[in-house]
Amino acid sequence: MNRGHASRANLMPGTLGIAAATAFLILFLSVESQAGTAVLLLGGAVFVLGAARFGGIARMRQSFTGNEGAMNLVVVAAALLLTGFFYDDHFTLLLVATVMIYMVAALGLTVQFGYAGVLNFAGAAFFGIGCYTAAVLTRNTALPHVLVLLAGGVMAALIGALLLLPVLRTRGHYSAVVTIAFTLLFKTFLEVNDTLGGPQGLRVDGMNLFGWRFNDNIEIGETLELSFFANYVVGSLILLALAFAFVRRLERSWTGLNMDAVRLDETAAACFGYNISRWKITAFTVGNFLAGLAGAIYAMMLGFIAPTNFTFGDSLILVSIVLLGGIGNPWGIAVATTIVIVLPEKLQIIQEYRFLLYASMVILILLFRPLGLLPRPLRSYVPGWQPK
Amino acid sequence: MDVGLFSQYVMNGLMLGMMYALVAVGFTLFFGVLDVINFSHGDVLMVGSFTGLATYLGLDALGVVWPVFQLTAVLAAATLAMALLGAAIARYLVLPLKSAPALNTLLITLMLGTVLREGIRLFYPEGANPKPFPALLPTDATALGNFNLRTDNLIMLLAGLVVIVGVHLLINRTKLGLAIRAVAQDEETAKTMGINFNLVVLVTFAIGSALAAFAGIMNGLYYNETNFGIGLLLGVIGFSSAIIGGLGNIYGAIIGGFLFAALQTVGAVALPFASAYKDVFAFGVVILIMAWRPTGLISEKVSERV
Repeated sequence: MNRGHASRANLMPGTLGIAAATAFLILFLSVESQAGTAVLLLGGAVFVLGAARFGGIARMRQSFTGNEGAMNLVVVAAALLLTGFFYDDHFTLLLVATVMIYMVAALGLTVQFGYAGVLNFAGAAFFGIGCYTAAVLTRNTALPHVLVLLAGGVMAALIGALLLLPVLRTRGHYSAVVTIAFTLLFKTFLEVNDTLGGPQGLRVDGMNLFGWRFNDNIEIGETLELSFFANYVVGSLILLALAFAFVRRLERSWTGLNMDAVRLDETAAACFGYNISRWKITAFTVGNFLAGLAGAIYAMMLGFIAPTNFTFGDSLILVSIVLLGGIGNPWGIAVATTIVIVLPEKLQIIQEYRFLLYASMVILILLFRPLGLLPRPLRSYVPGWQPK
Repeated sequence: MDVGLFSQYVMNGLMLGMMYALVAVGFTLFFGVLDVINFSHGDVLMVGSFTGLATYLGLDALGVVWPVFQLTAVLAAATLAMALLGAAIARYLVLPLKSAPALNTLLITLMLGTVLREGIRLFYPEGANPKPFPALLPTDATALGNFNLRTDNLIMLLAGLVVIVGVHLLINRTKLGLAIRAVAQDEETAKTMGINFNLVVLVTFAIGSALAAFAGIMNGLYYNETNFGIGLLLGVIGFSSAIIGGLGNIYGAIIGGFLFAALQTVGAVALPFASAYKDVFAFGVVILIMAWRPTGLISEKVSERV
């Protein structure tokens, strides 16, 4: 009984935090005026700083680590509530789905350099491989779309395998150049390759899961019509939940433990008999698979893709998301992706200046909070365990 | 392919190679003293090119039309301004992150590159459009068969050579160069020998960035235009060149720069597929070189301390 009581008391701060965040996001997404957006941003920042000052954030974190299963459900419910609120708003739902899809790709990068320490500056390229695979397969074959999604991931993992040898043999800055060169190579290749549409890009068919056509608006009864993007929000939410659960399990498993060892000290790990190459290959392949998977659903949602979506700059955005959130912390990714994707879309007045402001913001964070917004907590072997 | 056309390609390749080598030397100098990659280097080059352009326009407005003075002023303004910018980058962005993971330095300089690029695009008058760059060198050409030897290209090539030899002498024959090499070899020991570490780092960044400004002016003169986006690709090419040469080694960087230009030229003219694939080919070969020699052609001597 005592234990049940403790866990219920524990659940409150986390639930309250999620409720507050959801309410804030709904307000933020529905406010139209620029002044309102600015006021909300300021208010939100003050609120978060205040909560951090009075220990609210720490309590939230405890409540999260203590009741992970329950908190995950609360977050999913919050996401569905958000979707329900904007049920007929195409633009907002597109934004919500985009955020979720980017989270999946960023989770892939987390496995790569958050866990195993394999640098990857070609995130957007692997994302793009997923997109182009989806485009080619949906237009030219009758493959079921579940398999198209998987094919996007598998293709990204396979093409990533071509880079394995140089990635494994190089270290640090030398390995950075391998993936950077690959990003540039990939984009140039798409631009000059006519079979893949050249600079104009390709059209992609909408998703169709066992007769559930994602590109039709959902009509409930006579009066209620949901935007068809709601389909994609639900679809990407499912994908995100699966990816998230997978990455969390991976982190907690002995695989994750081995990857941590490889990242923290290769030499020491090798001395203890860890197979460095094996874990790096695993992490690189899994990460690319997730990025490709995200790319495939993204392409089907947009219905149109072009090489300009997969530049070096886009890869950097993915890297920044991971760094901003706190390397290796999936929850940090959720926060960082929302900030990075939603903020520029809402602040139309600074649309022209958004890259400038955004880059300056990352510089400031790196200077003053180098561990990211939500640094990765210590590995907890027992649920609810807190470092002293 | 006849000799004239061949020489033309070689000349173009040499011009590109000289620019890449100048950028790559900057990367390798920075890496030498601090073991960091300054990814804003390409955009510093671009800002240098715009500083030169603005100086020229200013002189033009003042009515100064003597070409030698114009050229000198443009070069001086660009290199000095970029030297200061480079030192400022080292002082305010790179040195404070000295003990942070290498990824953070990489990212902070990448973001600074974005800030510079966007800054020029937004705040330079009509910065979003390509700008014509004035022809400050004599543009007459000597025709040797199919080979058109342009005087300005020849001058630029020689000037680049002089600069590179100058850097070589500076590093190997002066007291400052000795300090730079000492810091590159062992920071702690250099400090105990009374070398002002921070000063050496700032000066090295200033030298590297001035080289980038020089390459930026060269780039403008060669293509007769400049735009806010040139820095990204030149930066990545310079970085790749420095890497395939072997980081921290000036000669490696120079070899890398010319090698990359050679790959691009070969990709454009000598291979069976369309010349549009030249960058795909060049970067593909870079990846292969990295797989073959993981620490570059002339590898740095590392002994890992555990």
